[in-house]
Amino acid sequence: MDARDLLDLVWIVPALPALGAAILLLFGRRLGEPKAGWLATGLMALSFAWSVVMLLALRDISASGPAARTHTVDLFTWFPTGGLQVKMGFLADPLSITFILFVTGVGTLIHVYSVGYMHGDENFGRFFAFMNLFCASMLVLVLGSSFLVTFLGWEGVGLCSYLLVSFWFQRNSAAVAGKKAFVTTRVGDFGFMVAMFLIFAELGSLDYSAMNAGAGKLAAGTATAIALLLFLGAVGKSAQIPLHVWLPDAMEGPTPVSALIHAATMVTAGVFLVARANPFFEASGGSALTVVSIIGAATALLAATVALIQVDIKRVLAYSTISQLGFMFLALGVRAYAAAIFLVVTHAFYKATLFLGAGSVIHGSADNQDMRTMGGLRKYMPLTALGFIVAWLAIAGVPPFAGFWAKDEVLSRAYFAGDYGVWIVGVVAAAMTAFYMTRAVWLVFFGNERFEAAEPAAEAEEHGFSLESPTVPAYVPPKPARLTHPPHESPPTMTLPILALAGLAAVGGLLSLPFGGIEFLSDWLHPTFERVPEIDVTSFVAAAILSVISVIVALVGLAIALSLYRDGIPTPEGDPLPERLGVAGRLFQHAYYFDEIIANVVRGPVTRGAEWLNRGFDLGIIDGAVNGVATLVRDSGGRLRRVQTGLVRNYALAVVVGAVAIIVFLAVRAG
Amino acid sequence: MSLAALDITPNYYLVVGALLFTIGAVGLLLRRNVLVMFMCVELMLNAANLTFVTFSRALNDIGGQVIVFFTLVVAAAEVAVGLAIIVAIFRRRRGATADDVRLLKG
Repeated sequence: MDARDLLDLVWIVPALPALGAAILLLFGRRLGEPKAGWLATGLMALSFAWSVVMLLALRDISASGPAARTHTVDLFTWFPTGGLQVKMGFLADPLSITFILFVTGVGTLIHVYSVGYMHGDENFGRFFAFMNLFCASMLVLVLGSSFLVTFLGWEGVGLCSYLLVSFWFQRNSAAVAGKKAFVTTRVGDFGFMVAMFLIFAELGSLDYSAMNAGAGKLAAGTATAIALLLFLGAVGKSAQIPLHVWLPDAMEGPTPVSALIHAATMVTAGVFLVARANPFFEASGGSALTVVSIIGAATALLAATVALIQVDIKRVLAYSTISQLGFMFLALGVRAYAAAIFLVVTHAFYKATLFLGAGSVIHGSADNQDMRTMGGLRKYMPLTALGFIVAWLAIAGVPPFAGFWAKDEVLSRAYFAGDYGVWIVGVVAAAMTAFYMTRAVWLVFFGNERFEAAEPAAEAEEHGFSLESPTVPAYVPPKPARLTHPPHESPPTMTLPILALAGLAAVGGLLSLPFGGIEFLSDWLHPTFERVPEIDVTSFVAAAILSVISVIVALVGLAIALSLYRDGIPTPEGDPLPERLGVAGRLFQHAYYFDEIIANVVRGPVTRGAEWLNRGFDLGIIDGAVNGVATLVRDSGGRLRRVQTGLVRNYALAVVVGAVAIIVFLAVRAG
Repeated sequence: MSLAALDITPNYYLVVGALLFTIGAVGLLLRRNVLVMFMCVELMLNAANLTFVTFSRALNDIGGQVIVFFTLVVAAAEVAVGLAIIVAIFRRRRGATADDVRLLKG
C-alpha cells in the first residue's frame, strides 16, 4: 500500500479512543472492573501503534524532500454554508504526528496506571470512558486540518477536563474545581473564537493550508490581532498568567487525570496552537511574539516561586507544570518552535512520571497529600522512589536526563535571540525549579519519617473559588488520617508505567541533542516551521558556556534545597522555608493573591456590569421588544374583535356591501 | 294594441329578476324574523335563476338552464339545513328573532 494511502487512514488514531469512550459510556457499568479499564487501555495502545505506522508512512513520503512532508485528508464536508465550507479533515505533518505519538504513548501508560489507581472505584467504567474521550479530543485537536476541527477537539478537551476534574463530584471542592477549570479556560476560548472570525473575514477559509498561503500577505496589525487572540486561547488552555488559576485546583481530580492533563493532553494544546499558527505570529512582525515570550517568562518565574513553598505534593507539581509551560511559551516567543516542542515532549515524559509517582505515594499512604507528614518513603516504596528520582533529575535540569537538553535548548535560544531579560528570568526560574523539586523529593522520600506524627483526621477545609463564597483562604491540604499501617508499594500496574516513563524521561534527550548532528526533532519539525527565520547560533563555544551555566544553575538550586532539607524537617510544622522567605513567603503561599483579585473583580465590577446589562439591555431592549410585539397584537386584536357583533344582519350587510363593491370595481375596470 | 303585438324582450325578465333580487336583499337586511329572512334568501336565489333562464333563451345556450338545476339542488339542501336550524331555535325559545341569537360575538 502506498504511504499516502496509509496516511488517508490517520483518522483511525482518534477514532479508536472515541470508540472506546462510546462503548464504555453505554456498557461501562456492565463490563465492570477491570475489563472496562483494559478495553480502554487496549484501544489506546492500538491507537499508539497506529500512530507509529503513521510516523513511518510520513517518513516514507518525505523521501521526496522535507517540503512534501504534509498530507491532508478530507473525510467529508462537515457543514456547507455559503462561503464557509467546513471540511472534516485531518492534517498529518511532522508537528501533528509528534503530538499524536506522545499523546497516545504517554496516554496508554497512564491508562495502565489508572487500572491500578482506580481499583475499587464505583464509577470505574465511567472514568475510563472520560479518559478515552479526553485522549480522542486531544488527538482531534492536534490532527485537525483547519482551525475549526482543532476547535472541536479544543472544546472536547475542555469538556473532558471538567468531567474528570470533578469526577469525585460528591466532594464540593472537586465540583467547584471542575467548574473553575471549565469557566477559566472558556475565557481563553472566547479569544480563540474571535480569532477564527477574524481569520475567516480576512482569508475566507479556516484551513491551515489557507493560513500558510495567506498569512504572510496580511497587514501587520491584523496579523497581530489574530495572533494575540489565538494566544489568549492558548493562555487559558495552557494555564498562563493570568488565567492559570484553574490548574492548581484541578488537582481535585484523580491523580491519573492530573497526569493526563499535565503531560499528554489539555495544557500542551496552547503550545500546539501557537506553534501551528506560527505564520500569524511571524506576520505580526514580532510584536505578538514579544507578548508571548514576556507572558511565558513571567509565568515561568511566578509559578516557580509559588511552587517553592507548597506543602501539597500535587500542588508543587501543578505549579511546576505552569512554570514549565511558561518555559515553552518563552521558547515560542523567541521563535525557538522546535525547542518548545522538544520541551513539550520531554516534559510529557517527566511530568507524567512525577504525577504517577505522586499518585503512587498518595495511594500508598492512605490518601495523604501533605509532604510535611511524609519522609523516608523510599524504604517503603522503592520502585516509585526510583521513578520519581529519575524524573526529578530530569526536571531539575541535571545532565544527561531529558529535561536538561530541552531546557538548555530553550534558554540558549533565548540568549542567541538577544532576549537577555527573558533569558535571565528563565535561568532564575530554572534554579527555582531545581530547588522546589529537590525539596519535594527530600520531604517525601528522604529524611526522617513523619507519617506517624500525622494529626488525626480533621474535617477537610473547603477551598477553591466560587461565587457563592468568593473569599479564598490560603490553600490548606486536607489533613490526613493517622496511618494505621506503614506506607506500602503500589501494584505493578502502577509501578511499571512509572518506571517506563522514567526511562523515557532519562533518555528522551536523545530526540534532539544540540551537537553531533542528531537533532532529529528539529530537522523533523523543520517543514512545519519553514517560514521561521533561522536564528544564527553564533558559536559552539558560546553554546557550550550556556550549557555549563544551565548545569551550574541546576546544581545551585539543588544544593540550596539539600542544605535546608538534608535531614528532613523536625516536625510537620517545622518547615524552615516560610520563615526564611518572610513577606515574600506569604505572597507565595497565597499564589500572589490571583484568586482573591479575580474573585474581587468578578464580585465587584463584573457583577455590577452584568446587573446593569440585565436591567438596561436584557429587560429593557430584548424583553421590551418581545413584550412590545405581544402588546401591539393584543391591543389591535381587542379593537378588531368588535367587528364580530353576532348579529346575522350585520354580516349580511357586509356580504352585500362587499358584493356591491366588487361589482362596482368590475364595472369601473370594464368601462 | 293587442297583447300579441306587445314585444316581450329579455329586458323585461331581467328587470323583474333585478327587482326580485333587490326585494330579497332589502328584506334580508331589514326583517328580523328568521323565517322571513329565509324566504328572502329564496327570493334572491330564484331571481338569479330567472336571470339565468333569460340569458339561456336569449343567447340560445343550454348552459344557463343547467346551472338553474344546480341552484335548485343547492337551494333544496339549504332549505333542509336552514329549516332544521330554525326549528331548533324555536324549540329553545319562543319566537324566531334573528337578533336574539347573538352569542357568537367578539
